[in-house]
Amino acid sequence: MKRLFALLSLLACVAPAHALNVFATVPEWGALAKEIGGSQATVFTATNGLQDPHRVEARPSLIAQARRADLVVATGAELEIGWLPVVLRESGNGKVQPGLPGHFEAARYVAMLEVPARLDRADGDVHAAGNPHIQTDPRHYLKIGEALAQRMTELDPANAAAYQGNYKAFAAKWRSAIARWEAQAAPLKGVNVVVQHSSFTYLLNWLGLKQLATLEPKPGLEPSAAYLGEVLGRVKNQAPRFVLRAAYNSPRPAEWFSEQAHVPVAVLPFTVGGDDAAGDLFGLFDDTVQRLLKAAKP
Amino acid sequence: MKPTPFRGLAAALAASLPLALPGIAQAGGDNDIKALRDELQQMRQTYEQRINALEQRLALAESTAGRAEQTAAQAQVAAAAPKSAATTPGAAFNPAISAVLSGMYTNQQRSPGNWRIGGFMPSQGEVAPPPRGFSLGESELSFEASIDPLLRGKLVFSLPPEEGASAAVEEAFIQTQNLSGGLNFRAGRFLSGIGYLNEQHAHAWDFSDAPLAYKAFLGNQLKNDGLQVRWLAPTETFIELGAEAARGGAFPATDRDKNGSGLGALFAHVGGDVGASHSWRAGLSYVSTAPRDRLDDSAAPSFAFSGDSRLIGADFILKWAPNGDASQQSFKLQGEYFRRREDGQLTPSGSAAEAYAASQSGWYLQGVWQFMPNWRLGYRYDRLDHGQVDNASVAAGAIPLLAPWDPKRNTLMVDWNPSEFSRIRLQYARDESTPGLTDNQWWLHYIVTLGAHGAHAY
Repeated sequence: MKRLFALLSLLACVAPAHALNVFATVPEWGALAKEIGGSQATVFTATNGLQDPHRVEARPSLIAQARRADLVVATGAELEIGWLPVVLRESGNGKVQPGLPGHFEAARYVAMLEVPARLDRADGDVHAAGNPHIQTDPRHYLKIGEALAQRMTELDPANAAAYQGNYKAFAAKWRSAIARWEAQAAPLKGVNVVVQHSSFTYLLNWLGLKQLATLEPKPGLEPSAAYLGEVLGRVKNQAPRFVLRAAYNSPRPAEWFSEQAHVPVAVLPFTVGGDDAAGDLFGLFDDTVQRLLKAAKP
Repeated sequence: MKPTPFRGLAAALAASLPLALPGIAQAGGDNDIKALRDELQQMRQTYEQRINALEQRLALAESTAGRAEQTAAQAQVAAAAPKSAATTPGAAFNPAISAVLSGMYTNQQRSPGNWRIGGFMPSQGEVAPPPRGFSLGESELSFEASIDPLLRGKLVFSLPPEEGASAAVEEAFIQTQNLSGGLNFRAGRFLSGIGYLNEQHAHAWDFSDAPLAYKAFLGNQLKNDGLQVRWLAPTETFIELGAEAARGGAFPATDRDKNGSGLGALFAHVGGDVGASHSWRAGLSYVSTAPRDRLDDSAAPSFAFSGDSRLIGADFILKWAPNGDASQQSFKLQGEYFRRREDGQLTPSGSAAEAYAASQSGWYLQGVWQFMPNWRLGYRYDRLDHGQVDNASVAAGAIPLLAPWDPKRNTLMVDWNPSEFSRIRLQYARDESTPGLTDNQWWLHYIVTLGAHGAHAY
């Protein structure tokens, strides 16, 4: 088996370098596609770590990139609904339309949380399929990565061994990293926190933190000062240890809450590129766990 | 790996054999020993073969078990997949339905009934400002879905507010959705791809009404019944070319009883990013048509034009958002220029046909600044240039509508967007379209969308 693997890898090197063009909607899937695609994939990432993923525009440059893609890697669950349909439609690229092998949606491979019981815009920016910020739980990357390696194999069978090999190497490293993060974050279990937007549902679920409230009255709606006061009154007795926000969120609501409630703000990178330390997927969670621990220090 | 009984048996056999051998060897001669050795050899081979076979079966069983595990994992994933995938039977294939509602209160110094764009042939669209006081805007109802793997369809009704007015088909087209090579075809009724604002629905515009150039040259917006093809170049820079062949039923064309197309349009767009914070798009457009007896009887004397009408346009838009994140602040600057040349004959009522040649132009420049989340401020400057009009009646002043006049307008707006789906706008315009009259127009306007979440074009 090993010999066969070595032979295949050799063949892959000898064969003309056909790069798989990957169009990733958000930085986390761009980073994962790079881990699995390795040198066989050219990855374009449509947004950077400091952009609100809900509010991306169907820019001409994105349409031009989608035109050249062999594989679109998106979150799905309606995260990209405001712009990706236009980009794909105008791209004139028959390979990457929804439902085809060239269109990969990560949210299909994980158990979704906060699936709304009722769908009404009066509840704010709700997503019918559940909370789409699935990238904040590192365990998701194993299942998503496995499915992505399978998809790349399907699209580019010549480099199958490379994709599978890259995934195995990534998964092994990732598993031990998860064990490390879980050990580091053990003191965070049961800690009460307040979040600005419900961006970290999966992260809190993974580490066992307890979300007391969100500062946004409804998902995607800016909180008013009056509403912030109301939240403060509601959670004061439960002694929140810190308030969480993503790097792309407006700093004001979390800062206000921090001052009033005398608790620190933890600004988390949210995705790859969200801050300097989050240069890749490993850095993203290293930094996230460190920032949480720092904020939780009494 | 589990210890197997076969392995244990083989080991026991191997251990017992050497013990048994010496006894047998003592009992027989050399031949016997040789025969025994051969037999032993055979036995060993047989056992080795059987052990190999067993090992292979074991390996197979193990891999099957592995696959079963994988399948189980996949089943788990499938079970964990979004529950929303299961929809009500019968509703599963319903198109995405959405509606646009709008209404306004206007305060205008002069009656919109007397409003006109001086010096330019009336474009027959609903270009005049809305009635004074309260009024309902056009409501829109749209349906959109895939038809099959190859095609997608969209239907947009517009429902005029007037009592007794019937619903109009705003757009009704089919479009390819699985072609490769950057190609897209569209057929039916659609908003032409020329210019920048033309392809957007009026409710998506940053001001409550169209720029004067759109009102004068396109009757608000160019809508085509026909065929459109677009091609996107396989380059990193966005380069798009498009062509349209259409019936040409309305201004600047006229409906004609003939085969072939009554209006042709060409457009080209280029665009890209400059760093993470800026993006841009620029375009060129061309529209050609040949109206026959295009009549205007909005004022005496009425007149009709027959000839060729050609419009060229240039447009650009530049958008800025810090780090590409428009949720806090953003700015966009956009402008368009149009120049129309019409050659042919003008026939004022009660007179003979006269030669008519006109070259007229118009442009606007606007900036919209989102200074804090949900709040935007915008300014637009509009101008039309009467240009050169060669015609005996116009020169003699016999057609007051076409007497030389350069309309202009300054517009300011501020809007509040409580969510992605709603907008409330206050707009003020100082409008000098009507010759010799300045109109101060105030609008308070709401525009909301409800239903399926549509994606927004750039």
